[in-house]
Amino acid sequence: MLTKTPLKLVAIATLTASSGLAMAYEPEGKVECLAPADPGGGWDFTCRSVGKVMEELDLVPRSVQTVNMAGAGGGVAYAHTVSKREGDDQLLVAASTATTTRLAQGQFQGMDAEMVNWIGALGADYGIIAVSDDSEYEDLPALMDALKEDPRSVKFAGGSAKGGWDHLKVLIAAQAADVENLPRIAYLSYNNGGEAMTQVVGGHVDAFTGDISEAQGFMDSGDLRVLAVLSEERLPGEFSDIPTAREQGIDALGPNWRGFYMPAGISDEAEAYWTEAVNTVYDSEEWQEVMTQNGLMPFQMSGSEFDEFVKNQIDDIEALSKDIGLIE
Amino acid sequence: METLGYLIDGFGVALAPHNLMFGLLGAFLGTLIGALPGLGPANGVAILIPLAFTLGLQPDTAMIMLTAVYAGAMYGGRISSILLNIPGDEPAMMTCLDGYPMAKKGKAAEALAISAVASFIGSLVATIGLILLAPLLADFALTFGPAEYFALFLLAFATLGGITGKNPMKTVVAAAIGLMIATVGIDSTGVQRYTFGVLELYEGVDFIIAIVGLFAISELLFFIENRAGGGGEKMAVNKLTISWKDIREILPSSFRGGVLGFVAGVLPGAGASLGSFIGYTLEKRVVGKKGYFGQGDPRGVAGPEAGNNGASSGALVPMLTLGVPGSGTTAVLLALLISLNITPGPLMFTQNADIVWGVIAALLIGNFLLLVLNIPLVGIFVKLLSVPPMYLLPIVTMIAFVGIYSISNTTFDLYFMVAFGVAGYVLRKLEIPLVPIILGLLLGPEMEKNLRHALDISDGDWSILWNSGLAIGLWVFAGIGLILPYIVGPILRRRMQSQLAQSGDTSND
Repeated sequence: MLTKTPLKLVAIATLTASSGLAMAYEPEGKVECLAPADPGGGWDFTCRSVGKVMEELDLVPRSVQTVNMAGAGGGVAYAHTVSKREGDDQLLVAASTATTTRLAQGQFQGMDAEMVNWIGALGADYGIIAVSDDSEYEDLPALMDALKEDPRSVKFAGGSAKGGWDHLKVLIAAQAADVENLPRIAYLSYNNGGEAMTQVVGGHVDAFTGDISEAQGFMDSGDLRVLAVLSEERLPGEFSDIPTAREQGIDALGPNWRGFYMPAGISDEAEAYWTEAVNTVYDSEEWQEVMTQNGLMPFQMSGSEFDEFVKNQIDDIEALSKDIGLIE
Repeated sequence: METLGYLIDGFGVALAPHNLMFGLLGAFLGTLIGALPGLGPANGVAILIPLAFTLGLQPDTAMIMLTAVYAGAMYGGRISSILLNIPGDEPAMMTCLDGYPMAKKGKAAEALAISAVASFIGSLVATIGLILLAPLLADFALTFGPAEYFALFLLAFATLGGITGKNPMKTVVAAAIGLMIATVGIDSTGVQRYTFGVLELYEGVDFIIAIVGLFAISELLFFIENRAGGGGEKMAVNKLTISWKDIREILPSSFRGGVLGFVAGVLPGAGASLGSFIGYTLEKRVVGKKGYFGQGDPRGVAGPEAGNNGASSGALVPMLTLGVPGSGTTAVLLALLISLNITPGPLMFTQNADIVWGVIAALLIGNFLLLVLNIPLVGIFVKLLSVPPMYLLPIVTMIAFVGIYSISNTTFDLYFMVAFGVAGYVLRKLEIPLVPIILGLLLGPEMEKNLRHALDISDGDWSILWNSGLAIGLWVFAGIGLILPYIVGPILRRRMQSQLAQSGDTSND
C-alpha cells in the first residue's frame, strides 16, 4: 500500500505538472476536510464527494475525514482556519460564492481573503431568473424594462439572506441592463430556494432568483418559466433550451462555484500538490459522474488563476454592496 | 390514488431494516418515557433528540425514530395512570378515572390490554385521517402568501393559552421570552442583533440546544434536588384473562374516541388533553346509565385512551403541512425537522416525499409494533418503572452531551445547553411553562420574516395583512382562540377536577 501511492503521484506529477515543480510534498496520515455548515448542505456535499473521489484516485494516503463546523455562515470555520490552523497542510476547507459574498461584505469580522490560501474550484451551479408560468414577462429584457420604469414593479424571491448571493444575482443582472436605483428593487429572502419558488408559483411574488439545480422540479412540472441563466454559454443537456442573459443582450454572469481554501503559511510544495490534486479530481471520470448526478455545471479553476478570480469576485460584490447601501 | 403510491413508497422507506429497527427502539423508549410519571411526551422527545445526533442518523431514520417515541409516549402514559393512579402525562389523566379502579379490582392486566387496544384503534383512525387530510392541506397551502402566514402564526400564538393554560400571564411571559431569544443573530437585512461580537451567536440560538437544555438538563437538576433515588412504588400485574368479547365491547368507544381525538388534534392549540377529555365525556353521555363510569368501566378506559392517541396523530397534520405545530410535542418535532435542514410545509410533501411518507408509514407500522410491545410485554415496562432514576438520568445526561456536541463539534454549544438547563430549572420553579418559549423561539423568526415580506410586497401598506378572505378568516380564528380558553377553559378544568374528585371518592369507598 505504502509504495503504491507515491508511484501514482509520480505518474500524476509527470503527466500534469507543467510548471516543473518537484513533488517534494505528499500528505501523510489523516487529511481533514472542514465543512463550515451542518451535514446536508452544499459545503458538506463538497467535502464528502471530493474526499471520496480523492480516496478512489489514491491522492490521499488513507481517507479524507469530513468535519462539520457550522456557525456565522462559515465565519466560525474561517476564524478557526485563520487563528488555529496556520501551516496545517492537511486541511481543506469547503467554500463557495457564499464565502466570498460574506468576505466582501465584511461579515467575517476582522478577516479578509488574504488570510487563507485559495486552492481551486471544481464545478458550479449557475444563477437563473424565473417567473411563474402565467407571468406577463416573456423574456429577461421585458422584465428589466419593467424595473427601469419602476424598480418596485417586480418583486424577487430567493433563498439567501438580503444582500446574499441570490439577491446579488438580481442586482448583477439589473446593473448589466442599466436599471437605475438598484437599492429600490424589492428582494424577499426565504429559508431556501424551494420555499421562494412556491411563493412565486403561488402568485404571491413576481419573480424567482436562485440556482439552476434548485429549479428543476418546478421546471419539469411546467409551473416555472426560466427567463435566463447567468452563464457564459448555454448549459449542457436538458438545460440547453434555456437562453443565457448574454444572448438576450444583458451581460450578467452568476456562477456559484464550489471549491476549497487552505490555511495560510503552508509550503509552496504543499500548495502545488493540492492544486494538482483538485485538477486531477476534476478531470477524473468519477468526478464527472458526481457532477452529472448532482446537477453541477462545468467550472474549473485553480492556483493563481483561482486566487485572482476570488479576489475579483470579492471586489465586484463589495462595489455592488456599497452601491445598494448594504455596507458603507 | 397518487397518495396511495406515495404511501407505498413510504412503506418502502419505513420497512428498510435499519429504519424498522430504530422505529422499534423509538417505540420502546417512548413507552418507557411516557410511563415515567412527570416526564411528558414533549420532554421525552426532547431528551431523545440528542440520541439521533449521537448515532449520526440520516434524516428519515431520525424522524422515524422520534415519531415512534412520540407515539410510544402516548401509549406509555396510561401504564402509571392505571397502576398507580398517577398519570404519566397530562393527557393520561382521564385514564386514571376508570383505569385505576379496574386495577384495584384486580383487573390491571385487562385495563392495560384494553387501553393498548384502544390506543391502537385511536392512532389508526387518526393516522388514516392524517393520510387523507395532509395532502389536501398541502395543496391548499399554495394559496398562503406572507400575509396569510403571518395571520396563521398569530393564530398559533393566540391558541397557546389552550395548550398550557393555567396562568395566562405566565404563558404570555414565556412566549415573550421565546420571541426575545429568537431575535438574537443576524437579521434578514444583515444587521446584527444582540450578538455582542461573538461569532457563535451570528446565526442565532440553535433551538435544539435550547430544547435539550430547557427540558432534559432541567429535568436532571430537578432530580438532583429531589434526590429521589429510591425508585417507584412497587407495582404488580395480574395474569391476563381477556376474551374477544371484552375487546368487541370497547370497539365502538375506541372508534368514537379516535375520531374526536383526531379533530381535537388538528385544531391548533387544543391538543391531546382535550382529546382525551372529550373522549371520556362523550363515552359517558353515549353509554349513559348502563355504564358504571368511575368504578372501573372498560369503556371509560378505552374512550380517553383512543382520544389522546388520536389527537397525537392529528397534531401532526398542521405541523407537517403548514409548519405550525398543533401541540407542544409537535413543536419539538418541528425543531428537529428544521435542524435536519428540512423545511416543513407544503413543499415537504414533494421535495422530501420520502421522509413525510416514510414517517406516516412508520406511524402505521409503529402502531402495530406498539400493540405487540404493549400487550405481551407490558410486564417488562412495569418492571423497568421500578428502576431507580439514579441509573436512568446519568444515561440521559450523557446522551444529551454527546448528541449536542456531535451536531457542530463545539464546546460552546455545551456551555450554552447547560445555561439553558439552569434557566429551565428556574423557570419551572416559577411555574412558567416551557412550551411557549420553544414556540416563540421557533415561530418568531418566521413570523417576523412574513411580516417583512408582506410589507415589502405592498410597499409598506399595512392593509395587506387583512386583504384576503383567507387572512380575515385566520384573524377571526385567532381572535376566537385568544378569548375562548378564558371562557371555556375554567369550566372545562373545573369539570375535569370534579370528575377526578368524584372518582377519588368512589375508589376510596
